[in-house]
Amino acid sequence: MSQELSAQLLDEIIGAHQNSPSAVIAILQDIQERYHYIPKAAFAPLAHRVGVSEASIYSVVTFYENFSLEPKGRFIFKVCDGTACHVRKSTPILERLRKELSLASDEVTTADLNFTVETVSCLGACGLAPVLTVNDKVYPAMTPSKVSTLLAELKEELSHETN
Amino acid sequence: MTKGVMTIDGVTVEIGEERNVLELIRKTGVELPTFCYHSELSIYGGCRMCIVEDDRGGLIPSCSEEPRDGLVIKTNTQRLRRYRRNILELLLANHCRDCTVCGRSGACRLQDLARSFNIANIRFINTALNPKTDLSSKCVSKDLNKCILCGDCVRVCNEIQQVGAIDFANRGSKMRVSTSFDAPISESSCVGCGQCAAVCPTGAIIVKNDISDVWRELDKKDTLVTVQVAPAVRVALGQAFGLADGENSMGLIVAALRRLGFDRVFDTATAADLTVREESREFAQSLLSLRSMPLFTSCCPAWINFVEKHYPQLTPHVSTCRSPMQMFASVIGEEYKNCGQRHVHVAVMPCTAKKFEAAREEFKTNGEPNVHYVLTTQELIQMIQQAGVIWEDLEAEGVDTPFSVLSGAGVIFGVTGGVTEAVLRELADDRSSTGLKKIAFVGVRGQEGLKEAKVTVGGRELAIAVVSGLGNARNLIKELLKGSRKYDFVEVMACPGGCVCGAGQPVASLPHRAARGQGLYAADRLSSVKRSEENPLMAILYNGVLKDRAHELLHVHYPGHEAGSSI
Amino acid sequence: MRLTSRADLQQARRFYARALAQQTTKILVCAGTGCIAGGALGIRDHLVELLTAKGQKVAVTLTEEPHGQEISVKSSGCHGFCEMGPLVRIEPSGYLYIKVKPEDCEEIVEETVINGRHIPRLAYSFNDKIFPKQDEIPFYQQQTRLVLEHCGQIDATSVKEYLGLGGYSAFEKALFDLSPDDIIKELSDSGLRGRGGGGFPAGKKWAEVQRQKAKPKYVVCNGDEGDPGAFMDRSVMEGDPHRMLEGMLISGIACDASEAYIYVRAEYPMAVNRLKLAIEEATERGLLGDNILGSNFSFRIKINRGAGAFVCGEGSALTSSIEGKRGMPRVKPPRTAEKGLFNQPTVLNNVETFANVPEIINKGAKWHRSFGTSNSAGTKAFALTGNIRNTGLIEVPMGSTLRTIIYDIGGGIPDGKDFKAVQIGGPSGGCLTKEHLDLPLDFDSLKKVGAMIGSGGLVVMDSETCMVEVARFFMNFIQNESCGKCVPCREGTKRMLMILERIVTGRGVVRDLDLLLELADTISNTALCGLGKTAPNPVVSTIRHFRSEYEAHIVEKRCPGHVCAKMKRFSIEEDKCKGCSKCAQACPSAAISGKVKEPFFIDLDKCVRCGACINACKFQAIQESW
Repeated sequence: MSQELSAQLLDEIIGAHQNSPSAVIAILQDIQERYHYIPKAAFAPLAHRVGVSEASIYSVVTFYENFSLEPKGRFIFKVCDGTACHVRKSTPILERLRKELSLASDEVTTADLNFTVETVSCLGACGLAPVLTVNDKVYPAMTPSKVSTLLAELKEELSHETN
Repeated sequence: MTKGVMTIDGVTVEIGEERNVLELIRKTGVELPTFCYHSELSIYGGCRMCIVEDDRGGLIPSCSEEPRDGLVIKTNTQRLRRYRRNILELLLANHCRDCTVCGRSGACRLQDLARSFNIANIRFINTALNPKTDLSSKCVSKDLNKCILCGDCVRVCNEIQQVGAIDFANRGSKMRVSTSFDAPISESSCVGCGQCAAVCPTGAIIVKNDISDVWRELDKKDTLVTVQVAPAVRVALGQAFGLADGENSMGLIVAALRRLGFDRVFDTATAADLTVREESREFAQSLLSLRSMPLFTSCCPAWINFVEKHYPQLTPHVSTCRSPMQMFASVIGEEYKNCGQRHVHVAVMPCTAKKFEAAREEFKTNGEPNVHYVLTTQELIQMIQQAGVIWEDLEAEGVDTPFSVLSGAGVIFGVTGGVTEAVLRELADDRSSTGLKKIAFVGVRGQEGLKEAKVTVGGRELAIAVVSGLGNARNLIKELLKGSRKYDFVEVMACPGGCVCGAGQPVASLPHRAARGQGLYAADRLSSVKRSEENPLMAILYNGVLKDRAHELLHVHYPGHEAGSSI
Repeated sequence: MRLTSRADLQQARRFYARALAQQTTKILVCAGTGCIAGGALGIRDHLVELLTAKGQKVAVTLTEEPHGQEISVKSSGCHGFCEMGPLVRIEPSGYLYIKVKPEDCEEIVEETVINGRHIPRLAYSFNDKIFPKQDEIPFYQQQTRLVLEHCGQIDATSVKEYLGLGGYSAFEKALFDLSPDDIIKELSDSGLRGRGGGGFPAGKKWAEVQRQKAKPKYVVCNGDEGDPGAFMDRSVMEGDPHRMLEGMLISGIACDASEAYIYVRAEYPMAVNRLKLAIEEATERGLLGDNILGSNFSFRIKINRGAGAFVCGEGSALTSSIEGKRGMPRVKPPRTAEKGLFNQPTVLNNVETFANVPEIINKGAKWHRSFGTSNSAGTKAFALTGNIRNTGLIEVPMGSTLRTIIYDIGGGIPDGKDFKAVQIGGPSGGCLTKEHLDLPLDFDSLKKVGAMIGSGGLVVMDSETCMVEVARFFMNFIQNESCGKCVPCREGTKRMLMILERIVTGRGVVRDLDLLLELADTISNTALCGLGKTAPNPVVSTIRHFRSEYEAHIVEKRCPGHVCAKMKRFSIEEDKCKGCSKCAQACPSAAISGKVKEPFFIDLDKCVRCGACINACKFQAIQESW
């Protein structure tokens, strides 16, 4: 999902927030919404327009869990590892997912940029534990085998997209 | 009206203007340990060493608590000692503990406290990250294994200098001090002012050390090593040998340098006279044309870097005068180019950015730098100590000919406002001694970050600003660009207080910094030649080596200088 | 339709009340996150389709024009009974259908909506008893829903329904009939304490902001519900957003603030959308904006989305995040009330606190004090999760006992297991055990036993839970979420986690417990912010109540909860082993040795507990035990 950063689009996003330094997080969220990560090329123009240093934008980006400096996959799995999900066995779900996608221990995104697997500390859907989301859609009461089925469906969907 | 009293360790203390309990505690003679507290920086509250106990057993971080009437505190209880020990132990568990080979050994606050708290055993495994030291910058190096994340460097870079080269990256136990995308410092927006190294309590950021290269040159038989010493060095170096801050020890420094093996010793103040003359002419010239921007001084290399990296559009408005160090290096280079030996020139400076300036392409002759090495005041102290020179046994000596005459105007370059004062002496209509005094009191002296003055020259009133500290410079530039302020001449020194407070100097607190400035003004008062143009050496130089070559040897064109002004 | 005066507002309320009354039959489909994940929206659409096909007059939203009688199908906020979703309730009969599937819709329309008959197979049953109506179900019967009053009762996306049920009348009263002092006095008298964790008296906080001379002042709503296992605030934001906005408006009047921010966790996209819609609708009606209802009072609300940092639930970290910076707490004093957002006086309360305000203004302090205990007035919403039969969202009077919540409301522990402990207050809280079952849950009694009410997450743990592993889990969470500013939290929690990891993997040593407690003492006394100070709580409270479990891990290398994989023991039964050596070949750590055709032997010091030998053995000779 990595794309060339469009200077015009960036301009629009920053302009929509009145070049305000207090809107840095909102601007970054908008950029990430569009590109699924924060392209490095966005830093210099953003720093210049809102009047904060690049180092301080880097500082903000790396503070918050949700920002990514790496391109993310077409489908983003967020496996909840909140307390409720944890006590209802969320770990095997995560393990199955990573294994089926052959992700090495330090990888979160597949090489083909189709899938990203992350954990979140709590999705606030504890009543449905264990849960995960795929691009913000919630899948309740998951099991390792349900994960396998879901993954197969998504792969199927991808094969239609590329055709 | 009295603000009341507090009881600190049983002693009743009257509350004065202190901003927080910590300052009051220190006023009572208790040096409470801290890592992250600096009176000039915002209060961070991260190290937690300054926590004290009130009479009900409550714990108060003294750096953030306002003094209030009736507060009863203890600063040294068993419980507090336990917490401080644990904090130190936690820091050390995560720290490179190769103290003996650390550039900050002996001057490290963590080392000092670990020793005074008698920490003999660390109950946790060492998890120092062991990333590579960033040696990319000519001025400072950064070793994260020694960083305790007190944030002093981040705050000085962002709050005081407003350079914004570094900030925290990541969070929690992965947090580190980083440039944007962890780029090498040399590729960041760092200007080399070195203030980060000056505030770092450990060896995480230290000034680059070039001593061994200089020793090597001194050892070579067929090499003539000349050295120039900047004005600010003489009022700070002595501190390391028991002199008071501000006490002028130039004569002893000259003697020490000769003992170390330097062949010729000169005073940069001599060249400051050249700078004054050149800069005055350029200023007078600039007044003739209609300019929207003032003429900015060019002596400070960190300021030049700041303009190039942060406000390149201002380059055409920066004086083309080389810094005194580089003017002198040109002249000395000419003097010794046919001396029959290889000539190496060293400069002792209060400054870290000078190391960068010395390496710039603009200041090379036939590929050789005009200044081969820059040593900071601290490095020279180290060399004197290394060589075992006993300071007390030294007797003051004078600098070498042919550059042994200087004016007081050149000496005061080392303090904020000094360059301006020297230039004004040169330009002012009133040539009397009362005229000199008038200039002194026009408002250019003092430690304030921004000073403004109005002076009449040739019947015209000129607006002048003197800024020290790059944060103050940035604020001023913003106003200039907005058009809300207008000046004819602006002096900028990157370090707050000017060169006497450079990052290459021994660390000093605010009152000591003021004393250093006073030391330079005192030297000026004692000098027989007050104005640069009255220095007899000037005539000799301008009729000799500089004849028809003044522009070539004394001016510089940085990228963008030719662009012309159109702001 | 913009309301420009008090009379306009009153008229609108009467108008929508009449419109609501004309909805003879109401079908409330739960559109909380849980039920939507279970397919609730498809069910809603299918119901509308079927009803329309049968020629019924169906309304999905409350219309502006006067209309005749109709059947309404509403997407409501969370009903709370998340375990049983998707939920559909039919009014006026009060029937609640659980785990509804699209194929059930036909029957629901035909039988219940048209013919008024109950469908027993879709009803909740417990111990063979069927409960047709929602309010008969024990889960609901024992609750007192004040803040969650509307959650599950009204269309969560409609300001019209909120107005129809008397919405914004407290705001009206505050704006026209009360002085700021009156409002603050009422709030102070009501005994409302902040529901975000600290329990600071809300009236006192407002009064402090009111006293400040600096302008502008801000109102900030903390919707950064980061405690894992808590979703009360989410349910309010999603299910009854206007109640919260009304509370914020009232605080604006009381403290003379006209700018407000709601900071919502990034993980709550639906809450963000519902709040956005609510703010839009309120602005369109003139309930937000300049010169509201013709008065001098102006109020605007902006939404800020979090970006994934638990620490932003801390007040000064939150305001710093709204300012576009790293969410690092700052030193106090000055307090947020004095110098908060943009260094200005700021009222900062959490979602549930603001949602409590309108009813206090409407019904009075005395009414509010009639719920709960003397020091903790009112009710508290809890998220009931973990190993419990009825997970979900509940609201009970302060001072209710754990027994009531776990057994009467929660239905006890499933799968025949025993109750072991409940973690209250998330990673900042502590655990409560059997001995605390009859302890009244309120701010002060919990503090006494080393726990805290926190934001209100209750995670129930059964007998097969390892408390050391639970402590490790929380410490891992805190360690990941520490902002890194102060040394005790940054370095101390890291060391505590390393020690706990050592213990759960069988490498613990006896002095580790003392070291844990010493670090805990240093951190809780010297950390910069509330989150750091409370970070050691889960460890301290599990050591206090389950010390023997720690000792079993450290001394006997045994996990009584049968959870820690490294504590598993493998052994070879001599009489079953044929000495084929297959197990030794499969062993990755060369822990199995022996002579061929004689029984083999496992060296537990070398064994990495992978279980490869079990799969390799053809004779079931290898036993796994704890």
